Amino acid sequence: MRFRSPLRQAIGLGSAKYGFEHWWGQRLSAAGLALLGLWFAVSITGVDLLDHAAVSAWIASMPHAILLILLVATLLYHSNLGINVVLEDYVHDGGKLVASLAAARFIHVAMAVAAIYSIVKLSLGVQA
Amino acid sequence: MAQANRPLSPHLGIYRWQVSNTLSILHRMSGMFLTLGALVLTAWLVAAASGASSYGALLVVLKSPLGMLALFGWSLAFFYHLCNGIRHLCWDAGWGFTIPGSRATGWTAVITACALTLVFWVVVLTGSGS
Repeated sequence: MRFRSPLRQAIGLGSAKYGFEHWWGQRLSAAGLALLGLWFAVSITGVDLLDHAAVSAWIASMPHAILLILLVATLLYHSNLGINVVLEDYVHDGGKLVASLAAARFIHVAMAVAAIYSIVKLSLGVQA
Repeated sequence: MAQANRPLSPHLGIYRWQVSNTLSILHRMSGMFLTLGALVLTAWLVAAASGASSYGALLVVLKSPLGMLALFGWSLAFFYHLCNGIRHLCWDAGWGFTIPGSRATGWTAVITACALTLVFWVVVLTGSGS
C-alpha cells in the first residue's frame, strides 16, 4: 500500500505541466527589453549610420558592445517566445506545429549567434 | 478536429471593435513585425562586421523608399510594442486593470508611441542627414 499523496506530483504542475517558465521568461525579457530597447533607440540617433567606419567603431566600443549583446540575446529570446505563442494559436496540425516551432528556434538561435559573433568580431578587431 | 460541424462560440465577426481588442491585435501584429526587424538588426550587425562593401550594399536596400518605409514601420512598431508592453506589465502587477483604466492607458500608449516615433525620426533626420 502506498501512503504517498498524489499532491506530491501535482505541486507546481497544473494540467498543462509547464507554462510558468514561459510566462515569467516573457515578462522578465520584456522588462529587460524596455530598458535595452530605449537605450538603443536613444543612442542610435547619435551615430552616423551612413558611415561604415563610424558605425563599426560605435558597435565595437566598450559599453555599446556589451549592451548590444544583451539587447540581441534578450530580443531574440523574447521574439522566440512570442512567435511560439502565435504558432501554437494558429497552427492546428500537430506535425506542422512541431516543425514550425523547431524552425522558429533554429532561426532565432542562428540570428543570435550571427549577431553576437559580429559584435565580438568588431570588438576584437577594432581597438576601441 | 474530429467533429467538424459542432457549433462554435461567437468569434471576431460578431463583436463591436473597441480600443481593447484593437490594441491587443496590434500588439501581436507589431510583435511579429518586430521579429522581422530583429532580422534586419542582425543583418546590420553582420554587414558592419563583414566590411565596408557589405555595409554599403545593405545601405542601398535600407535607403530605398521601400526600405525607409519599412524602417519607419519598425520604429513605430517598436515604440507601440514598448508602450503597450509596459501597459501589459502594469496589468500583471495589478495596476489599472479596469475597463475605464485600460481605455485611458490604451489611448495613452497609442499617443505616446506616435509621439516617440515622430521625435525619433526628427532627431535621426536632422542629426546625421540620411
